[in-house]
Amino acid sequence: MQQPGFFELMSFGEGGWGPVMVMGALVTVILAICGFTIGAVFGAFAAWAKIAGNRTLRVTADVYTTVLRGIPDLLVIYLFYFGGSAFLTWVGRLFGSDGFIGLPGFAAGALAIGITSGAQHTEVFRGAYRAVAAGEIEAAIATGMPRTTRFRRIIAPLVLRHALPGLGNVWQIVLKESALVSVTGVVELLRQAQVGAGSTRHPFEFYLAAAMLYLVITSISSATFRSAETYFNRGVRRG
Amino acid sequence: MDFAFFWEALLTLLPGVPKTLQLAFLSTGLGAIIALFLAMMRLSGIKPLDWFARAYLFVFRGSPLLVQIFLIYYGLSQFPEVRNSIFWPLLRDPFWCAIIALTLNTAAYGSEVIRGGLLSVPHGQVEAAKACGMSGFRLFRRIILPLAIRQGLPAYGTELILMVKATSLASIITIMEITGLAARLVSETYLVIEVFVVAGAIYLAINFILTRLVQGLEYRLTPHLRERPDAGIVMPTRETAGERA
Amino acid sequence: MSDLNPSTQKVAVSLTDLHKSFGSLEVLKGVNLEAREGEVVSILGASGSGKSTMLRCINMLEVPSSGLVTVGDEAITLKTDRKGKIKPADQRQVDRVRSRVGMVFQSFNLWSHKTILENVIEAPIHVQGRPKAECIEEAEDLLDKVGIADKRDFYPAHLSGGQQQRAAIARALAQHPDVMLFDEPTSALDPELVGEVLKVMRRLADEGRTMLVVTHEMGFARDVSNRVVFLHQGQIDAEGSPADLFNGKGSERFQKFIAG
Repeated sequence: MQQPGFFELMSFGEGGWGPVMVMGALVTVILAICGFTIGAVFGAFAAWAKIAGNRTLRVTADVYTTVLRGIPDLLVIYLFYFGGSAFLTWVGRLFGSDGFIGLPGFAAGALAIGITSGAQHTEVFRGAYRAVAAGEIEAAIATGMPRTTRFRRIIAPLVLRHALPGLGNVWQIVLKESALVSVTGVVELLRQAQVGAGSTRHPFEFYLAAAMLYLVITSISSATFRSAETYFNRGVRRG
Repeated sequence: MDFAFFWEALLTLLPGVPKTLQLAFLSTGLGAIIALFLAMMRLSGIKPLDWFARAYLFVFRGSPLLVQIFLIYYGLSQFPEVRNSIFWPLLRDPFWCAIIALTLNTAAYGSEVIRGGLLSVPHGQVEAAKACGMSGFRLFRRIILPLAIRQGLPAYGTELILMVKATSLASIITIMEITGLAARLVSETYLVIEVFVVAGAIYLAINFILTRLVQGLEYRLTPHLRERPDAGIVMPTRETAGERA
Repeated sequence: MSDLNPSTQKVAVSLTDLHKSFGSLEVLKGVNLEAREGEVVSILGASGSGKSTMLRCINMLEVPSSGLVTVGDEAITLKTDRKGKIKPADQRQVDRVRSRVGMVFQSFNLWSHKTILENVIEAPIHVQGRPKAECIEEAEDLLDKVGIADKRDFYPAHLSGGQQQRAAIARALAQHPDVMLFDEPTSALDPELVGEVLKVMRRLADEGRTMLVVTHEMGFARDVSNRVVFLHQGQIDAEGSPADLFNGKGSERFQKFIAG
């Protein structure tokens, strides 16, 4: 029997897996964007707690980052997927439903990625805040700028500028981490490759295609972050 | 929550610890050797070697580890050539496939740490060694590498922790390390939170101990960066400071 | 030197029995100072004498441990919070005072993410709420006045230290301040760039602006200011007109200080 080649399998024509693989890549990107955004929110709060919070907030934030950086991401994804469903079922029971309520894999995955990457966001934001020259903040205070204006007009833009390279790293990590969400059955890129591999018995071609699509996504993102850095660092002297 | 169950879960999961540590140490150790070669390729100044190392980094850092594991474990077995080769006993075994994938993956990240360490070696100290008549491999082994290792150690410690976390992916290809045992226990008992809390605590404990060990090693390797043991006892007075000047 | 008669002018800034400690270190030990409108006061002293701390107490960048700070008709009220820390009682009053006091820092502290023009219009628009067009027009005049009109669209990092400091002066002036504070404005500059900044400050003095200047520039203190204050270990050790002080009057310590 003639074995189909790589390009035949991945073609966009009839019977080709090209379109669904690209769809999977799209789901991966959307999942990563959701996770990254959730993580940025967590990270911003935790960084704020570490910088300006009282003792309780500081300790809470420290525990959060230490724990999340010490346990495997996969464990967190499992916890949210299985634990989330168990929790929803329990809540459902309180309201009289006696069936099983599952937390959708996508939501569990995005939350899990958000919470793990939040620990990395925290350190990025905190480092970036430290990198802001104290004098620039003091100059804003000296003009009589109220706290919120100062944050919005001076501190946030400066922090963001210093955070950009770190955020780029976190984004790449999140993209790759999103592959783990395939264990919950969300049909993102890797899960799609698994499905293809299973039904054609050509795992090598499918995982190779998945790897290549990941490389395309990471390349495009790093180029995007690089140009963003150039844009935001236009006030910084080179060399 | 059932507290007796925590104990039971701990006893069920602890047997997975050796597997996790084997995966982490073997792959980080083997990976470090490849990483050293990759770093030297990048610094060799020889274009084809540099490009090869760059391409390697691009592929292994740009795609998820899980895809790399699947490609090696499920992908390679598709070819009769592989199944008939002498490597088949290794490549049919999920443990060794995990080791291979983890090794190749950590080599990419580790090479950047080593490269940074090598680049940080002060030029003057290399020159001084050359002035003593050292060159080539002896210069590299006696002066450059020890300095680079001291510089790169903290970052490599971080890499080791990341590898401990990464070993959990091996559970997806049926290896019963900590996460694998945890997933099985969950499917048997449905006590999700309890099982994962225990599993998480075990990972935290491992990583805490490893962090401490690396810190201890770092301390031992850097006596020259510590304060002088008598510092703080002899306060230089204006007079003694003047004498020295 | 301007020929105003200070005693008939209104008081612009007054410090009464000002104390400031950092932990167990008492930096200011009861300072009394009055600057009248239009007066240029040079504040001299060795490093660690408390001169910068005193200046920074005026706009509450440092909160005094005790004593009274009055700017114009606002006496800044302090309170002790629950933990025993001394704080301004009314943050809005402090912000009000700050927006009427322009400050020029030793290390310029221009906002690195904004162009020179954006630096100058930032506070007028976003603190004082003035219309943007008016602010830009005025900022251009100010940049012209300090001699860097052509640099309006540059970022601070692309300017020399002297140009950055002149931009910082323009930024402070844009707030329409009643009082200008200068905290060692030329100390971070290469020697050849000091002159261009002093020239601008001299012009402001000639215009009759109220200025308090912490400085090491003896020439400026002697030729431009109406009054010289010499701080030693947190207390005013000598005070008077430059003519008197630089001609042998004032404390022995001051004479030793200016002799270098």
